[in-house]
Amino acid sequence: MTDRVTPKFLSGFRNAGLVKTTIGEIHKRITQPWSLMEICGGQTHAIMQYGLDQLLPTEIELIHGPGCPVCVTSLALIDQALWIAKQPDVIFTSFGDMLRVPGSNGDLFSVRASGGQVRVVYSPLDAVEIASKNPDNQVVFFAIGFETTAPANAMAVLQAEKMGLNNFSILPANVLVPPAMHAILGSPDNRIQGFLAAGHVCAVTGYWEYPPIAEQYKTPIVVTGFEPLDLVNGILQTIKMLEEGRIDVENAYSRVVSFQGNQAAQEIIKKVFEPVDRNWRGIGSIPKSGLGLREIYKNFNAAERFGSGDIKTEESKICIAGQVLQGLKKPSDCPVFGTQCTPQNPLGAPMVSSEGACAAYYRYGKIPR
Amino acid sequence: MCLGIPGKIISIYENHGTKMAKIDFGGVSREACIEVIPEAKPGDWTIIHAGFALNLLSEAEAQETLDILQEMSELSEQEGKNLND
Repeated sequence: MTDRVTPKFLSGFRNAGLVKTTIGEIHKRITQPWSLMEICGGQTHAIMQYGLDQLLPTEIELIHGPGCPVCVTSLALIDQALWIAKQPDVIFTSFGDMLRVPGSNGDLFSVRASGGQVRVVYSPLDAVEIASKNPDNQVVFFAIGFETTAPANAMAVLQAEKMGLNNFSILPANVLVPPAMHAILGSPDNRIQGFLAAGHVCAVTGYWEYPPIAEQYKTPIVVTGFEPLDLVNGILQTIKMLEEGRIDVENAYSRVVSFQGNQAAQEIIKKVFEPVDRNWRGIGSIPKSGLGLREIYKNFNAAERFGSGDIKTEESKICIAGQVLQGLKKPSDCPVFGTQCTPQNPLGAPMVSSEGACAAYYRYGKIPR
Repeated sequence: MCLGIPGKIISIYENHGTKMAKIDFGGVSREACIEVIPEAKPGDWTIIHAGFALNLLSEAEAQETLDILQEMSELSEQEGKNLND
């Protein structure tokens, strides 16, 4: 039996009346300009999609964070993925967003067009299933994502191990949010006064790591969800703290997030992966900001199985993706935004991904006139 | 990327010892791995990301948040009325 009616406890988070009064409350409380960062690209898109940025007081500047894994996956890793995908007998699997991200020379779509076996999967476990059905092929999964995706990526490795598959491996590319928050808030250019923390990352990790970050940088943090009411409620709680001069961590997404997070999920991440330094596209290397496979699972590492080829990375010279990802510039500040760079012909990853800030601006009509 | 969709657990089973479930997303059903929500039972709500359950979704917490915002909304309406009186 399936149920087509969304229950009230979920549809309530799209209630226009409540969204309106919550925004009204923000207008009432605010007395001065504040800059907030929503770190998650999914939230950037939701804010634009519902036009919330147009309804908020002009005193609030929303700075869009680097929370788009597709956008921050390093060019070297993309080039390595392209190289592996071109190997004979390899079936290269990936989330769909990754296929159009430009490498130094082409993208995964172009590998597929020239005969490579590149397949889009919905879940990392689907890639394991492909491996079990294709014993004569090597199946590689491009394991991108934040903490939200890390348990699914870890589970794929554990499942392949259980099934005794020796033709499955992953290209580890997971990134972690707290080290990026340190990098952003600790930067001399930082202008962020309040943080909306990413709800689904926190569903896994909890938010026990955040109080020391809030304290160290004197920046209030509010764990925020993705529906319109979640977003304006997260912004209201942040503005309240800023106006009252309080530095704290609050949870505006309690139906999904607890302080401790999902400990079983944290355990499977820890079992398979360990923190490693990782290079973020457009930002640079951030210490211990990625997940690499532990020694006991190194047989599942596609980077070791296939090597990396002879890669010479080359970035677009005009794209300002790095500054956009750090919140230093808006997509519309880019000289080629919406002209030479569009979702159909992207120069940088933030224009590709359904979560990239440039794609959000393009899609929801923020093209400079 | 971090998209999570609320869904209701219809049935629970195992695949090579891994806990899986059939999930109903408002009329469309799909399979998802529920290994990290061992306490889940049919009828529970969960948040699914990339075919993987992140957590259970608490109906009580959802209602509490809505009630607080509803109360704030009514107070603000009342204030508006008082100002106009």
